Amino acid sequence: MTSEKNSASEAACRLRMENEMTIYHAVELKQTLLAALEKPHSLEIDLSAVTEIDSAGIQLLISAKESAKLQRKDMHLVGHSAAVIEAFELLKLVGYFGDPLIIPSPLQSGTGRFSSN
Amino acid sequence: MSFDHALQTFIVESRELLEEMESALLGVDPAQVEPDTVNAIFRAAHTIKGSAGLFGLDHIVAFTHVVEGVLDAVRNGTVKLDANLIALLLSCRDHIEALMNAVAAGQVDEDPAMAEQGAPLLNLLQAYFSAPKPSAGTQMVTGAEDVQSVERIESGSASGDNWHISLRFGSDVLRNGMDPMSFLRYLGTLGTIVDILTLHGAIPATEEIDPEACYLGFEIAFKSSANKAAIESVFEFVRDDCRIRIVAPHSHISEYIRLIQESPDGHARLGEILVNAGTITANELASALQSQSNETPSQPLGAILIAQGAALPPVVEAALAKQNQVREAKNSESRSIRVDAEKLDYLINLVGELIITTASANLIARRAKNTALQDCTSTLSALVEDVRDSALQLRMVKIGATFNRFQRVVHDVSRELGKDIGLATSGEDTELDKTVVEKITDPLTHLVRNAMDHGIEPLDVRTARGKPAKGTIRLNAYHDSGTIVIEVGDDGGGLKRDKILAKGIERGLVEPGRHLSDDEIHNLIFEPGFSTAEQVTNLSGRGVGMDVVKRNITALRGSVGVRSVEGAGTTVTVRLPLTLAIINGFLVEVGKSMYVVPVDMIEECVEFSTESGHDYANLRGQVLPFIRLRALFDVEGEPTRRQNIVVVKHAGQRIGLVVDTLLGEFQTVIKPLNKMFNQVKCISGSTILGSGHVALILDVPALAQQTSEAAPTP
Repeated sequence: MTSEKNSASEAACRLRMENEMTIYHAVELKQTLLAALEKPHSLEIDLSAVTEIDSAGIQLLISAKESAKLQRKDMHLVGHSAAVIEAFELLKLVGYFGDPLIIPSPLQSGTGRFSSN
Repeated sequence: MSFDHALQTFIVESRELLEEMESALLGVDPAQVEPDTVNAIFRAAHTIKGSAGLFGLDHIVAFTHVVEGVLDAVRNGTVKLDANLIALLLSCRDHIEALMNAVAAGQVDEDPAMAEQGAPLLNLLQAYFSAPKPSAGTQMVTGAEDVQSVERIESGSASGDNWHISLRFGSDVLRNGMDPMSFLRYLGTLGTIVDILTLHGAIPATEEIDPEACYLGFEIAFKSSANKAAIESVFEFVRDDCRIRIVAPHSHISEYIRLIQESPDGHARLGEILVNAGTITANELASALQSQSNETPSQPLGAILIAQGAALPPVVEAALAKQNQVREAKNSESRSIRVDAEKLDYLINLVGELIITTASANLIARRAKNTALQDCTSTLSALVEDVRDSALQLRMVKIGATFNRFQRVVHDVSRELGKDIGLATSGEDTELDKTVVEKITDPLTHLVRNAMDHGIEPLDVRTARGKPAKGTIRLNAYHDSGTIVIEVGDDGGGLKRDKILAKGIERGLVEPGRHLSDDEIHNLIFEPGFSTAEQVTNLSGRGVGMDVVKRNITALRGSVGVRSVEGAGTTVTVRLPLTLAIINGFLVEVGKSMYVVPVDMIEECVEFSTESGHDYANLRGQVLPFIRLRALFDVEGEPTRRQNIVVVKHAGQRIGLVVDTLLGEFQTVIKPLNKMFNQVKCISGSTILGSGHVALILDVPALAQQTSEAAPTP
């Protein structure tokens, strides 16, 4: 479901979420996020391969964000997939996470960038 | 918990709703349409649409939406609910059911063939929209608005007429297979979500979070022309699991203040959202907040709810009553369980074997002359009897559900025939074996259709005869000496005795000049090959005659008869055994053969006495025809000195059976006879005795028929 890369140079733990972030995988997701949070690095979560996200997935992301805040660590979300963007827009969470959203374009990524809030 | 599970719940609930919709539609009297009934129909369609939306079944949503639109117009009085519309809505209901069945069978996406079936219905429904009625125009715009739906306007116009919805989901929502986000998406189809605040204060740190529990809450500013009930119904499926507060546009400012107070988190943000979305103005909020802080409000939640407005208490009560109702329904549901019919059959079989074994244990105990053992086995027998009764009881169902199905049959056929016919049922609580119920539906349908087609006269004939214009079909059920009796009656023209007799003679079924009773003549309609007589001619192309009905019922060890008064109506009476597996039998002996007579049919046993040569006896001054079993079954040997008569009763007729010895009551497990013996008359089955001997079960209805055939005509 997830793959983890730990590039020591940036002192950030990169986490790549794949496929579904839904209730069916909520337990595994929690474990993955928890493991990542235990590391002394700030956290970067790549959401580009998330095909589906539901309330359970959103909740876990919020929970991780709050936990990171408590530990005075940064948590960033990058590469939001279309499914994630749709969910964030529906729940108006773009501002909460505060990460720049990149609307994927079929030609080249990186255009149509906007940050909300 | 899983999506599939939730889908199953949805399908089951939708079927119930469709049933409600059907009975509501059938209950409508076009002359005087009750608003409650229309509301019930509307609610059913609306809830199905809403739930289908949650599951992404867009084709069902699309179809139901149009139905709902028409129903809404009916509710508003712009479209009249007449017989044609009722019929159309019934067809639509059927179509929704078909769609639902497809979903149940795993076809989640639209099937083009299905869509084709739905298209003509949609066209007919559209005709109601385009009905050139001045007031219909505005009505339909609302309908159309619903369709374009999902479009969201980022910064809502500050028009001030936003709904405010406060939502707190219960922790089990996700586990129950619901996703709060899908409710919001569906809400978006009713209007515009102007602003939304996702409350995450309740979400624990990652370490403590239960990933499958729901912690979310939302404050929503919502712009829509829908009414409160419609908005509420969006959350119908989670109503028990979640706290919903819906504040109407232009509500008193104090309501918003309360909302803010009750909100455990994000006071400031909530105020912001209200102001931002233009629900209230910043000034109003500030002044209200100030005045609020001067007072010390410590009202209990209930008082707050009631204080919200004069109109609310009944609303709250209604909501509570509805909730209780749902809960009660759920409770009664959980008290019953579904069991595979096969398992039940297996159990009944085992009980059957148990009875046979107990009987043989009894016999051995008696032979061994061991008193303690005999005591024990007799207790055992009593217990086994109880087990048998409760096992059979498991399969008993009330006939009411079957009767209800005929409401629809009567409605449809009466439209088909262009006759005004109603259905009256009684005895719905009568119980009978499930296997019998399943097999009786087809013959009953045939009888009902027949009664409507041929029984009820055309309107002009009825009025000429001074009958009410509306014909009536009656279905009645009751228990009678170990059988269940189902009557299908009509108040139509009755059977034409002379025509039937003439046809019978023409067909060679009756010898010319033979004197027949009215009943005998009426029963001719059950003869094979009689279906061309005038009374029974056009069976509406179903190609089934009354003889098939009779054959089906006889196959169930039942019998069928007809009573008719010319000009006043016909009643067909179907008699069926209560169960097909085990009966209380009475064992009798003739020579060395043993026979079982169902106890429920036995009236009494008397000593045999007769003037020799006659086949009838004098029973307390009444003539009792009897049958000598010895002669009937060709049993060898001389009769014993003291013979007995077992008096049995069937369908109001008493007959005597002459036997040698009475052996007493006996639990009889019915074993069907081999196909080879299909042609054997007067025997309906066999059973195995404790001793291992085989006893034959007498077919009393057949015996009764024999005596009436052989009855001496005085």
